[in-house]
Amino acid sequence: MNRNGHEDVIEVTDLRRVYGGGFEAVRGITFSVRQGELFALLGTNGAGKTSTVELLEGLAPASGGRVRILGHDPYTERAAVRPRIGVMLQEGGFPAELTVAETVRMWAGCTSGARPVGEALEIVGLGRRSGVRVKQLSGGEKRRLDLALALLGRPEVLFLDEPTTGLDAEGRQDTWALVRGLRDQGTTVLLTTHYLEEAEGLADRLAILHEGRVATTGTPAEVTASQPSRISFELPDGYFLGDLPPLGELGVTGHDVEGRTVVLRTDELQRAATAVLQWAERARVELRRLEVRSASLEEAFLRIARETAARAGTKAGTGAGTRAGTDVEAPAGTRGRKDGVSA
Amino acid sequence: MSTMTETGRTTLKGRMTALARAELTLLGRSRATLVTAVLVPLLLPLSVRSATDQMDLEGAGLSVGTVMLPAAVGFSLLFAVYAALTNIYVVRREELVLKRLRTGELRDPEILVGAALPAVGIGFTQCVLLAVGCTVLLDLGAPPAPHLAVLGVLLGIVLCVALAAVTASFSRTAESAQVTSLPVMFVSLLGSGVTVPLEVLPDRVASVCELLPLSPVITLVRGGWTGDLTAYEALGAVVTALAWTVLAVFAVRRWFRWEPRR
Repeated sequence: MNRNGHEDVIEVTDLRRVYGGGFEAVRGITFSVRQGELFALLGTNGAGKTSTVELLEGLAPASGGRVRILGHDPYTERAAVRPRIGVMLQEGGFPAELTVAETVRMWAGCTSGARPVGEALEIVGLGRRSGVRVKQLSGGEKRRLDLALALLGRPEVLFLDEPTTGLDAEGRQDTWALVRGLRDQGTTVLLTTHYLEEAEGLADRLAILHEGRVATTGTPAEVTASQPSRISFELPDGYFLGDLPPLGELGVTGHDVEGRTVVLRTDELQRAATAVLQWAERARVELRRLEVRSASLEEAFLRIARETAARAGTKAGTGAGTRAGTDVEAPAGTRGRKDGVSA
Repeated sequence: MSTMTETGRTTLKGRMTALARAELTLLGRSRATLVTAVLVPLLLPLSVRSATDQMDLEGAGLSVGTVMLPAAVGFSLLFAVYAALTNIYVVRREELVLKRLRTGELRDPEILVGAALPAVGIGFTQCVLLAVGCTVLLDLGAPPAPHLAVLGVLLGIVLCVALAAVTASFSRTAESAQVTSLPVMFVSLLGSGVTVPLEVLPDRVASVCELLPLSPVITLVRGGWTGDLTAYEALGAVVTALAWTVLAVFAVRRWFRWEPRR
């Protein structure tokens, strides 16, 4: 399978996974990752990210559909696939009483073409912790040890399940730089994350999973392009939404009101923002908590959650939908006071 | 690392060595496991010594030595191999170590066998030391059929590893493993001829007890020193031990859990 002359290193076709209790975690997922590409799987908790990745890693057989890693079935042809891939699980497991260096040495003995122990630890910045027992490492250090083991055999394909969870901001930046560097050297990377900026900044392409299905897929630019930009602010005391100029004339395509907080969605951000600010200037009011944001992956992500919540709601009509959407999306800090007039 | 070249594929031996080495390091750092695996089997035979005074050994064609030596081997297999390994398998699963190992190049049986090697080594060494010790201290003399004893110990080790994995399949935590391992421990200690030789039991009870997992192992070891096992009896013991091993391996393949229940 060739596209643009690149080989598909990961091919997933109508993949399904049903657990023993009958729960269908993965419900027909299809995507492919080309050689040297960094692909991100996004999704809310329970969307099926880890269930999917475990099938790609060959930890469990698929209940249906097909997976090919480097042309092989990762479950039935484990011996052919494993020496060429590196895996970092969402929760790595290492014996608590081994030191960092002993852990890497053990893995090196089980990894084809393993890097020297010292080199592996230097790559992830654990060089000075080599004599420390695993139980004494911080959560972030354990993640980096896990990453060191995933990189130990210079893998062609790297599976990273939430690699930066538990890392501080600096550690996260370091990991991103490392992963970017590997990709630039030709490593194919499949990454799951729930940090949207991580996917936006790192991924060549991504898929947003929701309830075991691919809700949307494409490059970060493609996925965000279909999304509206947003303007949010707190309505000044004594004012109502109707006091604003007609929203249609501002280029606003949708809005939510939660307490005193107004969220406007628009495809013409500059025009809408200018009109809102001019109105505020004329009315001599201050728009508290004003935020003007271009379309983002977050918006795409939240729209998917919102649509599902709307579908799940018993009440038909936009009212129930937007209310549910607002609950999901408004960050705690920007949520309006509840004593205001509700729209 | 030392067992493979810089760029070559790993070998079975290299992978198992790496895993066994790590487990040996861990064993040395776990005081509880060390006590169970090393001290207990060396001390317990002494308790059998006093019990032998109340048995009619001569009527059964036995001596203090031919009771104590198989008892010592049984203790060693049960504590150094079976109990210690059950605990190790459960702890590694709960630490998510087994799941992590399964993402690598090790195959499933290699993980279980590799992790078992240090305990197996300790168990085997103990059996040899105890056999030599009993032979010298209790004036047993050279065994007339040593091959039966060696065969018994080897079968016993394989069986105990498999039984440990089975027990670990049904133990959620290290604490519960101490309970789930009790049936095999009690049944073996009491019914397999470890503390009470089958020869001094009533015939009907003895013939049932002969079918217990560890009984053929003890029978073969004792037979190595008494020299009075017929070929038919020895074959029966080997077949019984193999049947239990096959059953245990089947159970492991069917029920062994590689990650904790969520």
